[in-house]
Amino acid sequence: MAGSQRVYKQRIKSTQSLKKMFRAQELIAASRIGKARDRTAAASPYARAITRAVSAVATHSTTQHPLTSERTDTNRVAVLVVASDRGMAGAYSASIIRETERLVERLVAEGKEVALYAAGRRAISYYSFRGRTLAGTWSYGSDAPNSEIAGEIADALLGAFLAPVAEGGVSELHIVYTQFVNMVTQRPRVVRMLPLEVVEGVAPAGKHDVLPLYDFEPSPEAVLDALLPRYVRSRIFSCLLDAAASELAARQRAMHTATDNAEDLIRNYTRLANQARQADITQEISEIVSGADALAAS
Amino acid sequence: MAQLNVDLVAADRKIWSGRAQRVTAPAADGEIGILADHSPLLSVLREGSVRIVAEGESLELRVTGGFLSVDSNQVTIVADSVESVPASR
Repeated sequence: MAGSQRVYKQRIKSTQSLKKMFRAQELIAASRIGKARDRTAAASPYARAITRAVSAVATHSTTQHPLTSERTDTNRVAVLVVASDRGMAGAYSASIIRETERLVERLVAEGKEVALYAAGRRAISYYSFRGRTLAGTWSYGSDAPNSEIAGEIADALLGAFLAPVAEGGVSELHIVYTQFVNMVTQRPRVVRMLPLEVVEGVAPAGKHDVLPLYDFEPSPEAVLDALLPRYVRSRIFSCLLDAAASELAARQRAMHTATDNAEDLIRNYTRLANQARQADITQEISEIVSGADALAAS
Repeated sequence: MAQLNVDLVAADRKIWSGRAQRVTAPAADGEIGILADHSPLLSVLREGSVRIVAEGESLELRVTGGFLSVDSNQVTIVADSVESVPASR
């Protein structure tokens, strides 16, 4: 019976070391969330400035731009999945991939051909394991994206959108990312990025009900030409930042749950170990007593 | 005298913001100077240097492109990247 005591002790020890790891991961994630949210806040003046400028141009000129007009010459569409580089974040990657699969199914049902772009190693390995071809992959520090990687992704996707049909041009771009609602809620979200619908940006601050009549330098077309790619880049960057904050929040929560579970296990094993010890003692006593009885009887 | 409210932002952070007398920037067709009560303007920036002259300080930064908007004394300079950190003289 001493054997089962030893087994329980071993299990308690290994669960304790696991618990320490989970706790460390939880604390790391918690400390990084603050930084991720600071980064989101730091990027927001840029996003605001650019949205305001785009809506100013959009309301004051009727210029058509390739990025705002629908393409009808191809039925290829691009889907960008923003997942994480590492696991240990509960259902974070699984739910973003499930959302992507749903979107892809819908697009295929509409008779479209889907070109997948994946950001984050979890998404890349998911699709490459299943032998699906990916049109583009990026793996970067998914919990701390920078504006260069956002620029790289945006350039590749804008390139695909503006490319002719023969070179794999796409008519739409959807982004699947996780929206950071708050520390406990992160929601997978699909946005159609291209062709751009600038309408949503036309919501100027309250005191400016009418946007002023702008002078454009050198011309409205040139300004739009310079603005729209930057607008897309800034939108993609904010998606990446949101996804990073969501990933960290999901990881913190998952690791918190794992720590709690480890504590439960330790408690159970301790009880079982105590029981086993008690059983050992009882057996020993009864052996001694029966030995003494046998001696007394003889 | 009216002053300009200037915001200088890069993609990932706000670089400088405050009140200034004069701003010069490398617009698409050449250097442009902005004083208070400038008419609303939206301009593309080339690579070059942005100068902000404020009360008691003036700073000069190299930008690699971006755009500039002016609207009722609110100047927003959006830079793709800013090369030198602001150093007041």
